[in-house]
Amino acid sequence: MARRMTHKMRASATEGGALVKLLIQHPMETGNRKDRVTGERIPRHFIREVHCEHNGAIIMTAFWSWGMAFNPYLSFRLRKASRGDAVKVRWWDSKGVTETIETRVR
Amino acid sequence: MKRRIFLQATLTTAQLALAIGSGLLVPRRVLAAWPSAAFHATSPDQAIHALLEGAPLEFSDAVHIEASNIAEDGRSVPVVVHSEIPDTVTITILSEKNPYPAVASFNLSPQVDPFVSTRIKMGGAGHVVAVVTAKGRHYYAKKRIQVTAGGCG
Repeated sequence: MARRMTHKMRASATEGGALVKLLIQHPMETGNRKDRVTGERIPRHFIREVHCEHNGAIIMTAFWSWGMAFNPYLSFRLRKASRGDAVKVRWWDSKGVTETIETRVR
Repeated sequence: MKRRIFLQATLTTAQLALAIGSGLLVPRRVLAAWPSAAFHATSPDQAIHALLEGAPLEFSDAVHIEASNIAEDGRSVPVVVHSEIPDTVTITILSEKNPYPAVASFNLSPQVDPFVSTRIKMGGAGHVVAVVTAKGRHYYAKKRIQVTAGGCG
């Protein structure tokens, strides 16, 4: 698996619910930066959309611009969750790349 | 060693092609909803106008922004937004001094708390604005953050 992206997600059980923390590896290029060596503008490249699922149901969606920090971090709270529940996050970026990250509530 | 590099290169290209293919097929309906006008707006007022389609916006002390008063690195500023307004369905975060102020919009179902914690870029010292929609009405809060080094260069 060449150039495999590494993402981190953890869902921790809280009183009745769960806290999900997610770190996506992505450059989130604004399109304003220039390459230090070549002087060329680095094209805009960012995650546009994120879907979060709990046991197969979409519970949150997000639209992002290039204003999100690189290697975006997101944390959200499920109101009702139990240990073992499936949490899945899928994102799509401006180049059409998509990835899915999955974990279980611990 | 050469063979290894060749294999890696072909794999990467193949994976990219596959990803682009599936990416173009899947999110068509979904991408249509991406708020392009708001994200391309160059002032906070323009962005909010595009986002709310001109609907009125009122200040609310039930919308909270938690962030450090001073951000050392504008490229990555931690921001937490939460709302005490019942039936909060969206939370949008803007940074006043960015070339394109609208940063992110979160659509919440009743299964999640009206809470998001994330990190944004800040082009300079200025207000971070959170816009919250609940029961068809729009509320905002803002917090000034001093930025030592800007993050939109």
